[in-house]
Amino acid sequence: MTSRAAAARGTATFASFFEALRRAGVPATIREYLDLLTAVDRGLARFDVEAFYHLSRAVMVKDERHFDRFDQVFAHVFRGLESPPDAATIDIPKEWLAILAELNLSDEEKTQIQSMGGLDKLLETLRQRLEEQNGRHQGGSKWVGTAGTSPYGSGGYNPEGVRIGDEGERQGRAVKVWERREFRDLSGDVELGTRAIKLALRRLRRFAREGAADELDLPGTIGATARNGGLLDLKLVPERRNAAKVLLLLDVGGSMDPHVRRCERLFSAARGEFRHLEHFYFHNCVYESLWRENRRRHDRRIDTWEIINTYPPDWRVVIVGDAAMAPYELTAPGGSVEHYNPEAGEVWLRRLVRSFPRTVWINPVAPTRWRYFDSVGGVTEILDGRMYPMTLEGLDAAMREMT
Amino acid sequence: MRFQGTDSYIATPDLAIAVNASVTLERPLLVKGEPGTGKTVLAREVAQSLGHPLIEWHVKSTTRAQHGLYEYDAVARLRDSQLGDARVHDISNYIVRGKLWEAFTAPERPVLLIDEIDKADIEFPNDLLLEIDRMEFFVNETKETVKARQRPVVIITSNNEKELPDAFLRRCFFHYIAFPNRETMERIVAVHHPDISHRLVREALTVFFELREVPGLKKKPSTSELIDWLKLLMAEDISPEVLREKEPGKAIPPLYGALLKSEQDVQLFERLAFLNRRERARE
Repeated sequence: MTSRAAAARGTATFASFFEALRRAGVPATIREYLDLLTAVDRGLARFDVEAFYHLSRAVMVKDERHFDRFDQVFAHVFRGLESPPDAATIDIPKEWLAILAELNLSDEEKTQIQSMGGLDKLLETLRQRLEEQNGRHQGGSKWVGTAGTSPYGSGGYNPEGVRIGDEGERQGRAVKVWERREFRDLSGDVELGTRAIKLALRRLRRFAREGAADELDLPGTIGATARNGGLLDLKLVPERRNAAKVLLLLDVGGSMDPHVRRCERLFSAARGEFRHLEHFYFHNCVYESLWRENRRRHDRRIDTWEIINTYPPDWRVVIVGDAAMAPYELTAPGGSVEHYNPEAGEVWLRRLVRSFPRTVWINPVAPTRWRYFDSVGGVTEILDGRMYPMTLEGLDAAMREMT
Repeated sequence: MRFQGTDSYIATPDLAIAVNASVTLERPLLVKGEPGTGKTVLAREVAQSLGHPLIEWHVKSTTRAQHGLYEYDAVARLRDSQLGDARVHDISNYIVRGKLWEAFTAPERPVLLIDEIDKADIEFPNDLLLEIDRMEFFVNETKETVKARQRPVVIITSNNEKELPDAFLRRCFFHYIAFPNRETMERIVAVHHPDISHRLVREALTVFFELREVPGLKKKPSTSELIDWLKLLMAEDISPEVLREKEPGKAIPPLYGALLKSEQDVQLFERLAFLNRRERARE
């Protein structure tokens, strides 16, 4: 192969790598791709697949949450480039292989194994193969290697098959780093700490100078005076205030109990972040009255109409709840589990949304479980789809929606 | 010249590659990782090992991008004008240079550390896009363009408190300092405390990694805390046997104050130790 053809082939590999990354949802752009090509061109990762792995990760991935996806794509695209772990040092516990083989082999394969002299014999063969094998092996139907069809071997993230690579790691051998998938924990959504919530809520902050200009604008005055050549030029500005006004409605009791801690965190974060924050509690669904203190929920109720009439429509409403309820709690008059409600929860929710156009629902339950409750769908529909999970991303999206 | 780590800093191969890529391709390197894993120290070590001067820009919540470029000291000019100082006629006397300016005009290629970029306002990184990209900026007051003589090595650290904008990320290379495994940790300890006894390190590391496994800790102890703790252990002359002590009543490691920094964590740990003890008593 001429060097030019080789270069072309290399570029093609990179291009497919790049495409695979984008398909997997790693937000790499042409710019990063060109950077990678330049970096390789400058000899930053020569003849060393591990160095290339680190280099391409540093260049293409900008967020540790994407590391895991990157590792998977890398393993997929470049499988076969690496050589298998040093056979002689691998000591595979026999029982372990036996169990996995039992689990992973089809009946057909089991028969085949019998014809080869049983599992013990097979494992023995495997061991021999490992010892014989020195060079790199890729594809084919031999037992050990990468990208083959055998249940043994390494490459990709096929849940089936015995991964010899992983075993090597336990022995402290140099298993390919991307196969370790160390960053699995980092992908997805981190648990919310108060601080993280605050930062997400911060998006809602809107500083505005409101009211009369009664505060001396010191920098402005100095600037204007200096520019004036020393003649005093006073500047006044209104006081700067966080103008975001938030009404927080929290679902308490029953199915919300497991989420209490996270709701508390959200609440305390919101407390610190907004000066205009009013909160009310409800159970399962908003009906004709809400309450402010859980201890006095029965004697100190506040009419929902009063709330709707008190707060102007530029208040933003954040409802926190799992929206997991029986369908009639939402749709039927008298459907509430604790009292008789003359009007259905749905009616009240619609009223709220109509009075406060910027209403979102934050759901502490993971989105994957939403579909198990019909009521979640119902509530989402009432809110025009503005239901968000209580994760950093969810909060962020919710706040974005409200601004 | 390539960065490989130094006598006082253990760099894993992936970190070395990321640093070298950013030095060679003249791109900023964004470094993230748990607190206490050596993000800030990295810049110092890179500067030292490459033999470049280091310019540090520590970002605070009130820092604005403009602070890194220059500030126009209008107050000083006002005062001078009242006093009739002749300097007042030249506006450039009142331009205070920022860290970026300093880095751009340094006689030899410096290492510029922009520390904790996530502390500043959300818009901060966006305001630096052009400056980081083209390595030049325009001074309005004096109508001059400041251009980098040579592109500095830029190292940016972040604690993940805010998401950085995509446009900014695209211009950087990225490295996440993963928490060191035991082997790396032993090397790190050896670098910091060369004459510590091997047995003490072994026992201490076991305690340390066990402690990190405790579920529900608010702040897991990190490398810098381990180093401090070992220093204390050595100063107090605590023997390895004490660390191995699994007897009831002594389940809490000595001098744990160096490892657990929050009241809740200490309480949690004490409660776990207590439960553990009760279970043992039952057996």
